[in-house]
Amino acid sequence: MRLLIAIIASVALLITEYRSERLMPLRASLSVLTDPLKYFVDLPISLFTHASEALTSYETLKKENGVLRQEQLINKTQLLKFEALEKENIRLRALLENSFKLGEQVLIAELLSINLAPYEHIMVVNKGTRFGVHQQQPVLDANGVVGQVFRALPFSSEIMLITDPNHAIPVQVNRNGLLTIAVGSGISNQLNLPYLPNNADIQPGDLLITSGLGGTFPAGYPVGVVDDFPQTSNKSITHITATPKALLDRNRELLIVWSNSTPVPLTTPMIKTPAPHE
Amino acid sequence: MNNEYSSVRIFVTLLFAMCLRIVSLPESLALFNPDWVLLVLMYWSMAIPERVGISYAWGFGILTDVLMGRLFGQYALAYSLIVYLCLIWHRQLRQFPLPQQSAFVFGCLLISQLLLFWFENLKAPAQLHGSFWLPVLSGTACWSAVYYVMRSIRRL
Repeated sequence: MRLLIAIIASVALLITEYRSERLMPLRASLSVLTDPLKYFVDLPISLFTHASEALTSYETLKKENGVLRQEQLINKTQLLKFEALEKENIRLRALLENSFKLGEQVLIAELLSINLAPYEHIMVVNKGTRFGVHQQQPVLDANGVVGQVFRALPFSSEIMLITDPNHAIPVQVNRNGLLTIAVGSGISNQLNLPYLPNNADIQPGDLLITSGLGGTFPAGYPVGVVDDFPQTSNKSITHITATPKALLDRNRELLIVWSNSTPVPLTTPMIKTPAPHE
Repeated sequence: MNNEYSSVRIFVTLLFAMCLRIVSLPESLALFNPDWVLLVLMYWSMAIPERVGISYAWGFGILTDVLMGRLFGQYALAYSLIVYLCLIWHRQLRQFPLPQQSAFVFGCLLISQLLLFWFENLKAPAQLHGSFWLPVLSGTACWSAVYYVMRSIRRL
């Protein structure tokens, strides 16, 4: 009898969740019970990292500081140019009567070292809806696109990596603007490019950047580099792959991005609107 | 043994099993990480069937669903079914020597993994490799260890 009730209840839950998003509040409230476990499992590893950080010697810190300062200087000067270029881009787009998306806001999230399912490429970070994280937000690291927020819970969120077999990301070849889709391969550090025509102009070493189509990922972030493939006359048989730019399995710090979803009308003078928090 | 004390033990062991479920291991080992929560639930339902029953299985199944980020209800369903099987046969199972118990555990883990396989395919027709089935084998291998550890916890 109890078994019957249990089975009916589970099947009902399965069907509602499969069909709709209505159970998200229930999941969020139950996750308050389970999220402490995630932090508990992560605790020894984060303690270890903090301890090893605390124990690094003055010399290494000084050296690192110097390197970082140099990098900062270089980055700053590049940014100066970038701002001018951005303005110019906006003006040019205004001439073409095109809209332009404003800059993005980011939140730094730390990875929890736990393992949900080995056959999925899903990671858990320590920032959730409490910080305004929501579903389908793009996630980056310093080198490129990492993935997107798959499910946001109050105290943690699950991030689907671009290498997950169920993930696809619209990309474009930086060299010539060729549009395609990069699909996760299920292997860490590999993306597949299955939707390329035979005569596609693509070469090993080409940089793939987000195209901004589909609306989830902002345009222009590096995604990966096309791997070597045998140059034959018939490219349809060659299986073209790419290596993600982001250090998917080595980074503990990730950036969750809010892209400003309202394009700025360009006929009016530019006003910097603050990025919304939610 | 005192009732309140034993339910504390049941909860602590189950929560610990949930922690083991998500612990971060190197990739080759992670493939073998068995379903600890189910093993612990099976032990308790054999040892004290009057206390640990389907309601425990269902409740912890739902929590596992949330913890692992699966579809709601899939672990709940699998756990309730397996615990039900353990409850019907708990008298025979207690008499069984360990190898025979392990064979039963193997069957149960296989049923639960089959159900999960079906639900995972429902969610997204993912390319699940053969390694999806490895936790069944490792879980069976771990059963005797789980059995002895849990028995010593129960008799503490």
